[in-house]
Amino acid sequence: MMDAMALPPFERFYAEHRDEVYRLLARRLGRQRAEDAFQETFLRALRAYPALRHGDYLRAWVLTIARNVAVDAFRREKTTGQTVGARLQSGSDSFSHEPVELPRRPAYAELEHLTDELPPTERAAVVLRYAYDLPYAAIGAALGSSEDAARQAASAGVRRLRRRENTT
Amino acid sequence: MTVPTDLDRRFRDAADREGLVDVAYDLADSPVGELLLAVTDRGLCRIAYRPDDALDELAGDFGVRVLRVPHRVDQARRELDEYFEGRRREFDLDLDLTPVGAFNREALRELARVPYGQVTTYGALAARVGHPKAARAIGGAMNRNPIPIVLPCHRVVGANGKLVGYAGGLDRKELLLKLEGAMLDTLFP
Repeated sequence: MMDAMALPPFERFYAEHRDEVYRLLARRLGRQRAEDAFQETFLRALRAYPALRHGDYLRAWVLTIARNVAVDAFRREKTTGQTVGARLQSGSDSFSHEPVELPRRPAYAELEHLTDELPPTERAAVVLRYAYDLPYAAIGAALGSSEDAARQAASAGVRRLRRRENTT
Repeated sequence: MTVPTDLDRRFRDAADREGLVDVAYDLADSPVGELLLAVTDRGLCRIAYRPDDALDELAGDFGVRVLRVPHRVDQARRELDEYFEGRRREFDLDLDLTPVGAFNREALRELARVPYGQVTTYGALAARVGHPKAARAIGGAMNRNPIPIVLPCHRVVGANGKLVGYAGGLDRKELLLKLEGAMLDTLFP
């Protein structure tokens, strides 16, 4: 097995990914609302950063955080009865993942596909845990919740996947 | 489409305000080239002549959350500007030397007492930390000084008055001594 990449100083990670994260958020939320979401995304990443054990898959990790922040922003608006930005298309795949150019990794591709219909938080927890092998502390921070909540979301997601497999 | 400058700044400030930054740094221009200045909550922890390498060293010494937050180094930047303009002879900055071992820290503490515009030798400094034969170890401590200029290792020279060495290069050592008006020729005729 190849050695894992060392975790770079946060500045280097931030400088490498900030533009792509900003573009993703602007696409989903519009530029105006992307600003708050951008800040929230990198604050979550910064909180979780020391818990990461290596520097592999950082891009996929931060894009997952960004998608979750976008989902949260969307939910908040829905519950406060505000109109939802025109950029959010209707349909079940509004939040489907952007194509992520990772090194070919069967486990990841498999999970991406299998977890398609899970609720966003459970899906993110399952993918980050089982495809990226991140510790629950880092996943919790990425989801804006706790380590325990991340563990629960991942196991709820796995249970849901099992149930679905049994019924099909 | 790139991140707007003010959004970038707001993120950096928010990260700092929330106490999520292990090391804050910025780059500063100076007559001895571009410097990286870095601070922790305890104080100034690094002045580096080679900014790129310094980020990794800082992450190893203080934690991976290394982030550029320019206003955090304002005081250090101001005092250095005054020093280079010849308006400041002593620095009034808190320092963070936590990663420095006991012997080196003692050496740096003695070094800090060498006055502006004067020089001492490795041997003399060794004697002052109570290890008169440890001139070579003092040289090592100076070579690994994390906060050059403020901790004035440029003021330490060989017994014969030769500049000997400087982690930032001998040109810089000479320039700093000239700036301070140190008269090497008269000290070691």
